[in-house]
Amino acid sequence: MASTAKLPNLNQVSRVDQVGVEERAARFCARSIKNESKQEALMMVLSMIDLTTLEGQDTPGKVTQLCHKARHLNAARPELPTVAAVCVYPTMVAVAKKALTGSNIHVASVATAFPSGMSTTKIKLEETRMAVAAGADEIDMVISRGAFLQGDTRFVFDEIAQVKEACGKAHLKVILETGELGTLDQVRRASVLAMHAGADFIKTSTGKVQPAATLPVTLVMLQAIRDYYHETGRMVGMKPAGGISKAKLAIHYLVMLRETLGNAWLTPVWFRFGASSLANDVLMQIEKQRTGVYQSLDYFSLD
Amino acid sequence: MTSKKQGKESRKLDFSTGWDYAPAPQSSADITLAKRYKHFINGKFVAPANGKYFSTINPATARPLAKVAAGNARDIDKAVKAARAAYRNVWSKMAPAERGKYLFRVARIIQERSREFAVIESLDGGKPIRESRDVDIPLVAAHFFYNAGWADKLNYAFPTRSVKPVGVAGQIIPWNFPLLMAAWKIAPALACGNTVVLKPAETTPLTAMKLAEVMQDADLPPGVVNIVTGAGDTGAALVQHPDVDKIAFTGSTQVGKQIQRQLAGTGKRYSLELGGKAANIVFADAAIDQAVEGIVNGIFFNQGHVCCAGSRLLVQESVAEEVIRKLKDRMETLIVGDPLDKNTDIGAINSKEQLERINAYLKIGAEEGVQVYQSSCAVPDTGFWCRPTLFTGVAQSNRVVQEEIFGPVLAVQTFRTVNEAIAKSNNTPYGLSGGVWTDKGAKIFKVTRDIRAGVIWANTFNKFDPTSPFGGYKESGIGREGGLHGLEPYVTLN
Repeated sequence: MASTAKLPNLNQVSRVDQVGVEERAARFCARSIKNESKQEALMMVLSMIDLTTLEGQDTPGKVTQLCHKARHLNAARPELPTVAAVCVYPTMVAVAKKALTGSNIHVASVATAFPSGMSTTKIKLEETRMAVAAGADEIDMVISRGAFLQGDTRFVFDEIAQVKEACGKAHLKVILETGELGTLDQVRRASVLAMHAGADFIKTSTGKVQPAATLPVTLVMLQAIRDYYHETGRMVGMKPAGGISKAKLAIHYLVMLRETLGNAWLTPVWFRFGASSLANDVLMQIEKQRTGVYQSLDYFSLD
Repeated sequence: MTSKKQGKESRKLDFSTGWDYAPAPQSSADITLAKRYKHFINGKFVAPANGKYFSTINPATARPLAKVAAGNARDIDKAVKAARAAYRNVWSKMAPAERGKYLFRVARIIQERSREFAVIESLDGGKPIRESRDVDIPLVAAHFFYNAGWADKLNYAFPTRSVKPVGVAGQIIPWNFPLLMAAWKIAPALACGNTVVLKPAETTPLTAMKLAEVMQDADLPPGVVNIVTGAGDTGAALVQHPDVDKIAFTGSTQVGKQIQRQLAGTGKRYSLELGGKAANIVFADAAIDQAVEGIVNGIFFNQGHVCCAGSRLLVQESVAEEVIRKLKDRMETLIVGDPLDKNTDIGAINSKEQLERINAYLKIGAEEGVQVYQSSCAVPDTGFWCRPTLFTGVAQSNRVVQEEIFGPVLAVQTFRTVNEAIAKSNNTPYGLSGGVWTDKGAKIFKVTRDIRAGVIWANTFNKFDPTSPFGGYKESGIGREGGLHGLEPYVTLN
């Protein structure tokens, strides 16, 4: 992969006007999603979640329980979809893999010195291989923001391409950490760079830096995906992560996705939400749609 | 090369099937419309002199909403007399701060009743509720608030001058922004101490009649605002009335010219806001995705019934293919339909006549040999509808490039150099607005300086604010509305 991929000329990447992007993003929020459309959207959101726990305090017990939640979002409602993946640190991959045996739920592992990426490429590749060997189906890597902002795009490009190679069959999600990139122009350039280097998905954030995912940032990345698809014919997935904890906001994201990339992307194969508390809010909304009343959070399992 | 292009054709995005938005209609249950609306003269609702009424319809269903009085010269005379008496005895003598209080009160009542006004505006005119709710009505209130503030500060608006009102203003407004145009006209006139006779458009009189109720609720002295409904002949009677001091007209260039001829030699003052055929110029270095959004806002806002619409697109040749492709994709996501649905982007064409005019231009375009592209969206069976439309492969000499269509129809041309873009942009009898899209600040200044138009937007389009003057060059009109400049037509300076 590294040998065939070619570093694109980032000076030719389309400019981004922040005011215009924010206006367009606000317009998606004005869409009114009601009744059966809302029901359908809530189901889609559930099926697109990467249920995530990325804490120093993670224990095998906690991860196992999270995996159970991933398989049975609401034990009393078996007709609900499962989430798309469980996202953990490399040391928890084996635990998650075991707990998810027999399901279609993927195990995603962050890697490459997540969340800062402040390590050597050698260590990052080693960590990637370790996570894949432990059974990870998807790798969420972080880019070297320092190198990118210093203008060393060649280094960042090569690193992504090498990690992609180390992934083997595992899918690679490339985290841009947009909260550290400064401008939407940089977000667009980083998106193009990551896709050309072989990213299967591009992802906004680690969730450890503020601001994390926002509608405007995600819109810029979706537009980059659209143009890359037009240019190369290869579909790339999108994963906003961090800060999306309400069903209503998640539906705004789906509206944006539908009106930017169209229906082909409206599936967990091409779109994910990186979130820990979103699932419960969606479950709450589904119960509200079903029964007409809201229930307290005490009626929904914690993890 | 050919095979590569075909490959890209198959990479078309699919916006057609899958997850659709369920209807999300804004409720109109709380809206009460009378069966019949009389003229509003001297603070009262008065039956028309000839006893005649006409229907105003909902263009989305073609069904009548209410009947409205058909005004004639006698009704106009009554209204002008009431306005004259109110001017002489009350309004011109009132302390300016008191005038301001009434305008502030009107602004607040409109804000309080904004949802009601928005729904009626969409019912009567066909514009999507998203626009009447988020653009029209908030701007109406903003114009009253803004001009209310000037009422007692006119000496600061025109320092070292003595400022006096003009007298009785006859105001004739169009159907594309019914209540907003009423606010543009009434608010500065009243703030400067004039009284008015307003003639709303024939197809959209209802919000003006609701505004009459607001004037009553605000305790505005009788005769300060008078509203006479009717068609073109009612407006002509107002223009010709000898005791009107000033005519303010917004509408077609053709009628504007008639008014100018009728007023020649009478000494009456006038301001005219007429047609337009604005060019949106997109340079290769622009933020293309945002430019596409601006093009869409420029031409499809309010079904393209906008005198300052960006109805011509001039796109630099190296990005033309990309811009047109993205424009077509974006058009596929525009929802055409029920104006009261919160998700509707493009509502109903205002009237049967206007739809026929637009369709005539679609035919002319096809006959002239330009390529016509329309989005594939479904439109309702009843009512008046037009799909968003692109004309590509057009030349400066095509009628669809030269003439105002006043519908959701965009003519796309390409250019190579900055000077070519400026020349093409100016090659029109109109000069109301323009748009320029580029990442280069210097280019913005060069282009905006050289384009002869009243309003030019850079990296945005169709942005309105009461503090900003609006008006045309050439056949787009005379005089400015809004801002400090918008007070000038309503004051006599010594």
